[in-house]
Amino acid sequence: MVRVARSTVIDAPVAEVWEILRDFNGHDRWHPIVRRSMLEDSMRTDQVGCVRNFDLRDGGNVRERLLALSDRDRRFRYAIVDADIPLHDYVAEIYLKPVTDGDRTFWHWSSSFDTPPGQERELAELVATEVYEAGFAAVRSRLEPPSSGERYRAPAAPMARPPQGPAIAGTAIVIDRHGGAGELHPEPVDAPPPGPGEVRLRHRAVGVNFIDVYCRTGYFDLLKPPGVLGMEATGVVVDLGANVSHLAPGQRVAYACPPPGAYCSVRTMDAASLIPLPDAIDDETAAAGLLKGVTAEFLLHRVHAVAAGETVLVYAPAGGVGRLLCQWANRLGATVIGATSTGEKARVARSAGAHHVVTPGEKSLEEQVRELTDGRGADVIYDGVGRDSFAHSVAALAERGHLVSFGQASGDIGSWDIGMLAGCSATVSRPNYVHYTSPPERFRAGAERLFEAIDRRVVTVEIGRRFALAEAAEAHRALENRETTGSIVLIPEDGEGAAR
Amino acid sequence: MARVYISSVIGAPADRVWQAIRDFNALPDWVPAVRESRIEGGQPSDQVGCVRAFRLEDGGFLRERLLALSDYDYSVTYAILESPMGVENYVATLKLVPVTDGGRSFAEWTAEFDCDPAAEAELVAAIGNGVFQAAFDSLKLRFGS
Repeated sequence: MVRVARSTVIDAPVAEVWEILRDFNGHDRWHPIVRRSMLEDSMRTDQVGCVRNFDLRDGGNVRERLLALSDRDRRFRYAIVDADIPLHDYVAEIYLKPVTDGDRTFWHWSSSFDTPPGQERELAELVATEVYEAGFAAVRSRLEPPSSGERYRAPAAPMARPPQGPAIAGTAIVIDRHGGAGELHPEPVDAPPPGPGEVRLRHRAVGVNFIDVYCRTGYFDLLKPPGVLGMEATGVVVDLGANVSHLAPGQRVAYACPPPGAYCSVRTMDAASLIPLPDAIDDETAAAGLLKGVTAEFLLHRVHAVAAGETVLVYAPAGGVGRLLCQWANRLGATVIGATSTGEKARVARSAGAHHVVTPGEKSLEEQVRELTDGRGADVIYDGVGRDSFAHSVAALAERGHLVSFGQASGDIGSWDIGMLAGCSATVSRPNYVHYTSPPERFRAGAERLFEAIDRRVVTVEIGRRFALAEAAEAHRALENRETTGSIVLIPEDGEGAAR
Repeated sequence: MARVYISSVIGAPADRVWQAIRDFNALPDWVPAVRESRIEGGQPSDQVGCVRAFRLEDGGFLRERLLALSDYDYSVTYAILESPMGVENYVATLKLVPVTDGGRSFAEWTAEFDCDPAAEAELVAAIGNGVFQAAFDSLKLRFGS
C-alpha cells in the first residue's frame, strides 16, 4: 500500500477555498490536468455517491466516486472507480482547516493505493506533483492577489514591426483575481497604436452581460487575472493599423466577441471582429443588444430555422435573450409559449409576444405545454436553464421536436442516456456562441439581420440602466441581484483619453 | 460548552516543532504566561496520566492531567484538574500537521469547557489570544513563520 500526503497554506479565508473545492464536479474549472468533467446519472455535485467522469489533458479518462462530504469539517473523500492509470484501491481525502493566525487556509490532500510491482515510487510521485501540488498552485493563483509589480498591462498583439506613435491613455476596469463584484476597480491603461490588422477605438458604450459575471468569478476560464472583462461595446475608430480596409477613422463600430476586454475607454484590438454601425442604430442600443441579439438571431434562424405555424417554447422569456426570442419568434409566425416563475415576468413575456405563459403549479410544465398544443408538444424549445429544466424539456417536445440547450443558469445538465430521446425522436443541439459568430463574416451576417430587425421594430432592445464605466462594480451588483429588467450599459466618461 | 480554536503555521518541520512541545513539563520554555512547572510524583513527562503542576507569571496555579500523547499524530490532549479560571470539564488538544509545501507545520490548539455564560466571551479570548496565540507567536519567533 502506497500513501501520499501533500499539504499547503493558501493565503485566503477557508470559506473561499472550500467554495472552490467542495464542488466535486468543478475541478475542470481549476485543475490544470482536468480537461472536462461530467457527473454521471444526473446526480448533484454534492450528492454522496455521485460519480465524476473526467478527461485529462493528456487524453486519459478517470471515474471517481464521492464517498463522503462534510461541510462541517470541510472534508471529502473519494475513490477511483475506473482509470487508465494503474492506481488500484485508490481512496483520497481532502480537508481544509482555518489558519486563524492571518485568516488563511491549511489544505491537506492525501491518498492510499496499490500499484503494479515496481511502479510504486513513480506513481506516488505522479500523484503528489501532477495532481496534488499542481492543484495547490492552480487554486493559489485564483485566490491569492498577485504580488506588486504584476499589475495589468493592456495586452498588445505580437507584431513584426512595432507600430509608431504615441499610446492613448484611458481607463480600464480591472480584476486582479477572480471573485465578487468588489474585485472590479478602475485603473489607468494605455491603448498602443494599432499594429497590422488592428484598430484603435474610443468606446461610446459598453454592454454588461451575465457571461461577464461568470468570467469575473472564474466559472468560465475566458479571463485569467489580472485582466479586463467585457464582451461587447460600441465606439468610434481612432486609427487603423496596416492591412485594415473595411473601416475608416471616425467611423462608428461595434463588436460582441471574446477575448474579454471591453470594460475600458480606449482599446486596441483585432479589426476583423468589428462591424460598422448603421446610422439607424444608436450606440447604446448596439452595446446593449448586440451579443444577446446575435444569440437570438442564430438560435432562431440557424440552429433551428423557426417556421410559421411551429410551436416555440422559451424559458426565461422576460430575460435579455428570452424577450428577443419571444418577439422575433412571434413575428416569424410561430406560436410562442413562455415558461417563467412569476406573474410579473409573465406580463413582460406576454408584452414581448408570448401567446401563452406557463408557470409552476399543480401541473408539470410538460402537461401544461401539451394542454396548450392539443397534446402535440413544442416543436422547438429554447432552454437556457439547464439542470432543473432538461428532463421537463425533453418531456414537452413534440414528435421529431428540437431541444436547443443554450445555457445552464441552474447548473450543469449532467449526463443522460440518449435512449430517452427515442420517445419522440428528438434532436438536441448545444450551440456555442463562438461557433456561430466566427469567422467574422458569419458574425457580420448575423449582426446585419439583427440590425434590420431592430430597424423594422421586429425586436426592441430595452436599456434598463446606465452606469458610468467607473461604476462597473455597482452594475454587476445590480445584475446579480436582478434589480433591473432590460440591459445594462456602461458609459465611459467624456474627456478621457487625451493623446500623450 | 464553550470552544476555543486557534491555529497557525510554524516555519519548521513538524518533527522539530514537536520536540519542543511534546514534553508535558516544558511549558515555561515556550508558553510566555507560564513561569514554572513540575510533574507530580516524579513521573516521566511522557507517561499518559501524569499531572503537571505549574504557576503562571501572574501567580495563578494550575494542575493538568495528560490524557493522550501521540508521537505518530504529533498530538497531545490534556484536562484541567484545578485552576483559578472558573472552568469545568476543560479538555484541550494541541496538534501538529506537516505542511509539505515549504517544510513547515500547521499547528492547531482546541479547547472545550463549561463556564458561567457571562464569563464565556472573556475566557475564550483570554485562553485563545492570551495563551494559545501567544504560545504560537513564541514558536514562530523561535522557528520562523
